[in-house]
Amino acid sequence: MTYRYRDGARKIAPIGVAAVAFGASFGILAETAGTGPTAAVVMSATTFAGSAQFAAVSVLDAAGATLAAILAAVLLNARYAPISITVASEFKGSPWRRLVESQLIVDESWAISARGGGRFDRHLLLGAGLTLYPCWVGGTAVGAFGAEFLGDPETLGLDAAFPALFLALLVPQVVSRRALVAALLGGTIAVVLIPFSSPGIPIIVASAACLIGLERR
Amino acid sequence: MSPVWTVVAAVGAATFALKAAGPVLLGGRELPRRALALIALLAPALLAALVVTQVVGGNRELVFDARLVGLGAGAAAILLRAPLLAVIVVAAAATAVVRALF
Repeated sequence: MTYRYRDGARKIAPIGVAAVAFGASFGILAETAGTGPTAAVVMSATTFAGSAQFAAVSVLDAAGATLAAILAAVLLNARYAPISITVASEFKGSPWRRLVESQLIVDESWAISARGGGRFDRHLLLGAGLTLYPCWVGGTAVGAFGAEFLGDPETLGLDAAFPALFLALLVPQVVSRRALVAALLGGTIAVVLIPFSSPGIPIIVASAACLIGLERR
Repeated sequence: MSPVWTVVAAVGAATFALKAAGPVLLGGRELPRRALALIALLAPALLAALVVTQVVGGNRELVFDARLVGLGAGAAAILLRAPLLAVIVVAAAATAVVRALF
């Protein structure tokens, strides 16, 4: 089956609605952390990766050092190295084009473009990424500039929507016994490491669970 | 540069490079079958780790709070084959209700 950009946009649309709300909650958090609304919007436009942005801003809010905020965010985003390798063969054309298009890779657009067997669909990924981008940046602007009129996002339970979203994206990935083992192993590694390491490290180490694929069938 | 803008610039540049790594360095090349087998398992492993860190992750500690109820409600919605947006809304609403009550 061949997909088009608009198929990616259609598949991601429900998450796009949520991304506006997540973006707004990031804007509110950034504003309460004292970044100023412009920095919050610029960060959403240039980093375009929710969890790392939340981490960086919370460290700044806790009066943490600049370096600690950068490190926390970069560790959280380190997973984009393996993620970008998984979709690399789908990106065609000049290096410049691949450079620009690769910026539309986020957890959600990547997960929704998975076709099984380690294959991904570039049209789905880019259509989804292009849809999420304005939702995320626009939502951030609403939150950052309207923080004083909006409530505390935690009372709305928005932080709990993230794990449910990732669970919903995980379920269609568990297509084999091996995938189930990889998921259970990855989750277990993360739980065990959370108390002992900075946020971000558990996710990176958990990606090693895919090495069970080296075992011969 | 103020600390805020230093963070925005540094995190933006690092994320840009991380996302570009695969497509720019390996773009268009067919990956060996062995690598495909690993990549197929990377998605479930990473997504499971994301679920776990988002639901019980704290700053170097496990935090068990209302998010767990939200995830449970979201899982029930997934089992009932609810659409994605409904899953997200149910998870957030269940968490909000628990927080409002306790």
